[in-house]
Amino acid sequence: MNSVNIIPLFVIIPLFSAFFISLIGRFAKRAYINFLSVITCLSLLFLSFSGLNLLRHSAVPALVYKIGGWVPPFGICMVLDGLANFMLITVNLVAFFVSVYSLSYMEKYTDRPKFLTLFFLMLTGMNGLIVTGDLFNLFVFLEIASISSYALVAFGTEAEELEASFKYTIMGTLASCFIFLGIAFLYGFTSTLNMADMANILSAKQNIWLINFVAVLFFMGFGLKAALMPFHGWIADAHPSAPASISAMLSGVLIKTLGIYALMRVFFNVLGMTDAYCSVLMFLGSLSIIIAVILALSQFDLKRLLAYSSISQIGYIVLGLGLGTPLGILGGLFHLFNHSVFKSLLFLTSGSIDYSTGTRDLKEMSGLKEKLPVTANTNLIASMSISGIPPFSGFFSKLIIIFACIQKGCIGYALIAVIGSILTLTTFAKVQKFAFFGELKEKYKAIKEVPPAMKFSMIGLAVICILGGFLLFPSLRFFLNDAAGVLLEGRDYAKIILK
Amino acid sequence: MSLYLLCLALFCVGLYGVLRKRNIVKIIIGLAIIEYSINLFFVLLGYRFHGRAPIDAQDQNILNMVDPLPQALVLTSIVIGLAVMAVLISIALRLYEKYGTFDITKIKQLKG
Amino acid sequence: MIDNPKAGMSLIVKTITRLIMGLILLFGIYIVLHGHLSPGGGFAGGMIIALSFVHLMLAFGKEAVTSKISKNLASNLESIGALMFLSIAAIGFFGGSFFLNILKKGEPFKLFSAGTIPLNNLAISLKVSVGLLAIFLALVILEGTKKEI
Repeated sequence: MNSVNIIPLFVIIPLFSAFFISLIGRFAKRAYINFLSVITCLSLLFLSFSGLNLLRHSAVPALVYKIGGWVPPFGICMVLDGLANFMLITVNLVAFFVSVYSLSYMEKYTDRPKFLTLFFLMLTGMNGLIVTGDLFNLFVFLEIASISSYALVAFGTEAEELEASFKYTIMGTLASCFIFLGIAFLYGFTSTLNMADMANILSAKQNIWLINFVAVLFFMGFGLKAALMPFHGWIADAHPSAPASISAMLSGVLIKTLGIYALMRVFFNVLGMTDAYCSVLMFLGSLSIIIAVILALSQFDLKRLLAYSSISQIGYIVLGLGLGTPLGILGGLFHLFNHSVFKSLLFLTSGSIDYSTGTRDLKEMSGLKEKLPVTANTNLIASMSISGIPPFSGFFSKLIIIFACIQKGCIGYALIAVIGSILTLTTFAKVQKFAFFGELKEKYKAIKEVPPAMKFSMIGLAVICILGGFLLFPSLRFFLNDAAGVLLEGRDYAKIILK
Repeated sequence: MSLYLLCLALFCVGLYGVLRKRNIVKIIIGLAIIEYSINLFFVLLGYRFHGRAPIDAQDQNILNMVDPLPQALVLTSIVIGLAVMAVLISIALRLYEKYGTFDITKIKQLKG
Repeated sequence: MIDNPKAGMSLIVKTITRLIMGLILLFGIYIVLHGHLSPGGGFAGGMIIALSFVHLMLAFGKEAVTSKISKNLASNLESIGALMFLSIAAIGFFGGSFFLNILKKGEPFKLFSAGTIPLNNLAISLKVSVGLLAIFLALVILEGTKKEI
């Protein structure tokens, strides 16, 4: 595993296992299919760590793989640099824990092979989007992941799920149309599709109104995929209806890969970040933080509350990235990693409450702490992490973002971030009070703890929550610094790729 | 130039269909019109003056062709549009089973 | 062909379908096989092949096709098409890089030329035609089991 040939394997492995499971799903026994799905995710995780190792010991800052032997810019290339590595580890880590969790959780839904096919197709799309170096290839993988998620949200085919999936599909397709229109304009202007080549050409030509128009189109398109504030309408309906493992994947990695990673890659490395775009990002981010957390406070449906709080935390990430300073980008990326981990954990615990008691309404449940100890403790760890209580990982990332705001001189945004954090603490204290503390109701006296597969996932993610702060140690900080370095280089990334 | 403005007009027709119509099937048709208008725009971008179709044939000296790359990309985009239409129509059929109507003002269980 | 006068469309449509369906299928196969020489290729040819079966289903009623191709068979064939495409791409690994064209290239404008491109066309046409037929079958079977509102 010591050459640049491992990069296509990130796309081949989940694609192969998606169609293979669809083929043998009817004949093979349940245990073989479960084993195959866990092996796929484990091998992807192993590959992403070995990619990290490969990049650290290589002389060049980015590894380029030419597909079919065609030299870029004539062919499509796959690029593995610090940022791609960071996102790959995040995505595959969460996907591994979610796939272990769904071994037991999806017992309630029929037709397991179809679920696994769609799940691995979504994983193919996300992995492919992260490693690609070509703009239209990014669009194709974005569509693969989106269409699988439209079908996965409607998986249970109850009335609510179909309505939520219909809304999500229409809005998501419109966003993809805007992104395609932006790519069409960029191709017409520069007559190339390779991202590095386009960065070179755009920095040579003078800036005309077309680049601003394309930037607005990309804000609308990628902003809807990332659930930023004016485009957040679909997420509050899609999350409560989907099965819990799909909600965890959707809110944990899908909105970050399809929305924020693609936005960062296109804006920082291709179009070039100017002050106007930075201030737009900061404004949208702070708007998301405040309005979403106020909306989250008034919800009584547990998963709807978690969906609104997702919008708020995405606002933190976008605020950190929009600052443009090294400390701000470091904080934004660290918060991205932390949020993937603890938001997936929160959705998985809400799924296990649903599995045991059959309800999602906060007014119905109380006093579950004595019957579901593992669920209650991991939920407590995740809630403390998302509210920013030391020494959990969320505290460090929020602190870095607030420091970066003050360092740049935007005191107002720092104040908004602090108020958002206090209101998040209130929201999750409400969840803890209603769900876990208090008197146990009569009808819940007979419930049992969840099966061991679900317990393993929740405990694993909780351990990462606790130890996440160690990523800022000097010996481990290369993980974040490499990723932030790629974004800070801006258009010089092109000179590394095209030699 | 007027061809590109007509593509924009087609886009606006589709957008009117998605935003203002109450029947689910009409919303789906509006979305399809939006997708086709964007595909048409992308193909039109590849036009070169005095160009002919980009097909390489034997014993023919081809001087100038229109750009073939947008045509390959639009082929991919049409396939993606087909997949989205398939998902939407299945969801619409099942919605009719559950709710008994195609009117979106009556399908309003999720609130808040 | 099942000639039930109550299912499907009128007699004129049924007669013409019997004559034309084979020609449509043949035309689709021609477009797939000549994908590297003339416009068309896997996707367009696959659609035409699928539409010939849909034509049969529209003219004769759904029993004409659902009795011969079940949903399970369509789903399996579709997965086989996708795995075929992926394995042709992975064979390129032995030559050098992923998706490399490693078969003999031949002379231009002949039918047996251009390396792995005709094989890729065949795999894509299999997947697209069976996939579209499976979508249509799923919608038709769902319509049949819908309860009276």
